[in-house]
Amino acid sequence: MPVTDYDIVIGLEAHAHLLTRTKMFCSCRTTFGAEANSQTCPVCIGMPGVLPVINRKALMLALRSAVAFKCEIPATMRFDRKNYYYPDLPKNYQISQNYTPLGVKGFVEIETSKGRKKIGLDNIHLEEDAGKLLHPEGSGAVYSQVDLNRAGTPLLEIVTRPDMSDLDEVEAYMETLRRTLEALEISDCKMQEGSLRFEASVSLKPLGAAELGNRVEVKNLNSVRAVLNALAYEIDRQAAALDARERIDRETRLWNEELSRTERMRSKEEAQDYRYFPEPDLGPIVVLDEWLQEISASLQELPNERKWRFEDEYALPSYDAGVLTQKRAIADYFEAAVAAGRAEVSDPARLAKVVSNWVMGQVLKELNDRKVEITDFPVTPERLAGLVTLIESGKISNTIAQQLLPIMIETGEDAGRIAEQRGMLQVSDTAEIEKLMDEVLAANPKPVADYRSGKKAVFGFLVGQAMRQTKGKANPQVVAEILTKKLEN
Amino acid sequence: MDLLCATAVDVSRMVASGEISAREVARFFLDRIQTIDPKIHAFLHVDPDWTLSLADAVDAKRAAGKPLGPLAGVPVALKDILCTKGIPTTCGSKILENFRPPYASTCVEKLLAADAVFVGKANMDEFAMGSSTENSAFGPTANPWDTSRIPGGSSGGSAASIAARMALVAIGSDTGGSIRQPAALCGVVGMKPTYGRVSRYGLVAFASSLDQIGPFAANVRDTARTLSVISGRDERDSTSIDAGVDDYEAALTDVKGLRIGVPKEYFAEGLDSEVESRVREALDVLKGLGAEIVEVTLPHTSYAVATYYIVCTAEASSNLARYDGVHYGYRKTGTPDIIELYSKTREAGFGPEVKRRIMLGTFVLSSGFYDAYYTKGLKVRRLIKQDFDDAFKSVDVIAGPTTPTAAFRMGEKVEDPLSMYLCDIFTISTNLAGIPGISVPCGFTSGGLPVGLQFMGKVLDEKTVLKVAAAYEQATNFPTMPENL
Ligand SMILES: [Zn+2]
Repeated sequence: MPVTDYDIVIGLEAHAHLLTRTKMFCSCRTTFGAEANSQTCPVCIGMPGVLPVINRKALMLALRSAVAFKCEIPATMRFDRKNYYYPDLPKNYQISQNYTPLGVKGFVEIETSKGRKKIGLDNIHLEEDAGKLLHPEGSGAVYSQVDLNRAGTPLLEIVTRPDMSDLDEVEAYMETLRRTLEALEISDCKMQEGSLRFEASVSLKPLGAAELGNRVEVKNLNSVRAVLNALAYEIDRQAAALDARERIDRETRLWNEELSRTERMRSKEEAQDYRYFPEPDLGPIVVLDEWLQEISASLQELPNERKWRFEDEYALPSYDAGVLTQKRAIADYFEAAVAAGRAEVSDPARLAKVVSNWVMGQVLKELNDRKVEITDFPVTPERLAGLVTLIESGKISNTIAQQLLPIMIETGEDAGRIAEQRGMLQVSDTAEIEKLMDEVLAANPKPVADYRSGKKAVFGFLVGQAMRQTKGKANPQVVAEILTKKLEN
Repeated sequence: MDLLCATAVDVSRMVASGEISAREVARFFLDRIQTIDPKIHAFLHVDPDWTLSLADAVDAKRAAGKPLGPLAGVPVALKDILCTKGIPTTCGSKILENFRPPYASTCVEKLLAADAVFVGKANMDEFAMGSSTENSAFGPTANPWDTSRIPGGSSGGSAASIAARMALVAIGSDTGGSIRQPAALCGVVGMKPTYGRVSRYGLVAFASSLDQIGPFAANVRDTARTLSVISGRDERDSTSIDAGVDDYEAALTDVKGLRIGVPKEYFAEGLDSEVESRVREALDVLKGLGAEIVEVTLPHTSYAVATYYIVCTAEASSNLARYDGVHYGYRKTGTPDIIELYSKTREAGFGPEVKRRIMLGTFVLSSGFYDAYYTKGLKVRRLIKQDFDDAFKSVDVIAGPTTPTAAFRMGEKVEDPLSMYLCDIFTISTNLAGIPGISVPCGFTSGGLPVGLQFMGKVLDEKTVLKVAAAYEQATNFPTMPENL
């Protein structure tokens, strides 16, 4: 059977480093890329006798994610120990949350070509990251080295329910999660630095079948691409196995990037017993209502929600809304510009679209060329609104406006003043334009004759000549009207 | 003044007044250790340079005209479970042989701030697991009252160091009786404060929810003073209690009208008749001092030992996972892979009792057994705490024997872990409930072995516990040092 004859069920686990200056249970820095083992202390290297102390900022950021994703948050929570041996885990247990995760039953709302969908969250919990093993270059090395700089870094784990049914949804989920965590300043989500990592689980069942196949977990996914490739591979592998009436084992597989395939790591029988129990070195945490109120009050709109509001409120195309809400500051800029233009431009939808075109086009281009952030952009939203107002009221043409923007950036002046001072305002005075047109017609006897003999195509040429004569300042509509009148006579 | 008869309070006063220098005191006790300790083996590590440098610092402070702390120049023995920066801290285990911590425990810092002078690191059962100090990887400690007998444990070295006057104050840790039981068997005072009273930062963990640091001394007043020094909230220990530290010495007043509960469950089968007699005599003394003796019941007492060995082994199995030969401590070399490195290191590095408890703890936390053992253990623990809460509704303090018997002979129980576990039958409940307890000397058996009397108090009510202990001590005044050492 082809893959399309199977229902696909996918769940994702995301691990995100929280944007804290210090570690989860000690005051060591979390700066990426520091010299090996330079950011360590007795606590995070698991010396005898040390005790963990909760990083309040990390706890608040984690709760922020739980509030943002509409989770239920327990009134009291604890940390638990997850026991397993690995050389990058100095205590040989990880302080995590198993019995009372800080959020359960929330959701992340995504959008694909099929529309919007809520991906359910099983839980969100807080834990500490492990260190890193370094395997020395060159053959013959019979040892490994351990870098514990990352050990103890606050790690947020977000576990979805198995709610995704194709790779579009997986991609949209990853993108939405990344954008949201970034926008809420919970994590910087740099996958290349390992501050956002994913693990996936996937199972198949023939369409309409009641029972789901065994679940396979896939690890070692270091990029969005790797997640999608690994899942595509795994879906094909499982479909082929089911076609051949083979059993799918419940197991954990590793994605081999080089060979583009998944490989067995361990079966369910070999699965570890983590012997979770409540962390006795940390008392229970009573979640105060005031914390949650403070978080709710400071929580801005999620990027996706804002995108959808832009579509509704400003009647923007989905594409525009998506680009504008990519970054919070861009979206803020757009909204401020529209608000400033409202008094002058009567058609709100048209105003929004024109502002959107300007922001997505010239503004982003200038920001990019000049390597500045929008918050430092000399053309304030009010100035941009002024420029748009000049266009919409027919005082300048689009062409002039394009020339005006760089001058506004250089001088910091507003558009109207520059246009006036430099004589860039559009000429709509009919008498003046008529005089100019007479000159154009006199200077171009051949095209005029051609036009009059029926070759109407030269009209564009004549308009161009007229516009050149006025250095683009003439109102093109007025030019066209007068020119037609004169040629037809 | 003969320093052997001096109290810690005397010494600190003399050092502060300049009557004697801290160096002279330190020299005296170092000499005493050199003479006596070969017979006792209370210490695992004595470093005269370290001790004298600490003493010199106290003398220099005085010379500079600065006020001295409440333990100025007092010779203190530290159980080798407290991290001392740059000084070996072995926990009585081969796996930490030669381990020098890069940091100091909060308790050690507080003692230094009080101008105490450390005379050495005291012997103990490996990772505080045991009741006789025979589980030390570096050989047992002898009981100063009869060197063929054990001093109790796990803080046996600390208790013996006081009985033999090789120190005037000692610090121990008590997870199920490890301070009070050896204090009783060595005829000295030993106290386990309320859980959370003393910071555990830098105390090598055995069972985190039960471990508590406490003082030993030859008398209640020295014990009280030391407790005042080491108590208090510590930002580095989230389980330390944010409550004001009392001046425990000031609380040592009389006991008229005090209601003392006597749990009938503590006078049951297994209690040695001579121990029972001494304790009953002690209760009569207290009655004579104006206290009211009331029978109380702690109905879940018989479940305490089983509950304790579920909770403490579970936590220990996780706490001791870090000793794997990878990052520090002993490592078995020449192993082919990491799994072998772990297992061979731990096989060679840990003694039999530690291995037994790690295996027990691993078992009770295993999937499929967790609820039957660990969850149920926690439920019973709550019931035991409830027993005390109920009893304390009608009495101010609870009294009883500290141990079922006096000191037993070395080797007597080594092959019988269960009978060794029962040594702590009267001390374990206070750890499960988190309440304070103290053992004070209450006489001797006909064979001349010390017997201990235990007082237990309400959470954070060390004051009353110390008060009743001091009143009893004053009325009896039993010798706390054997004559013929
Ligand atoms: Zn650290």
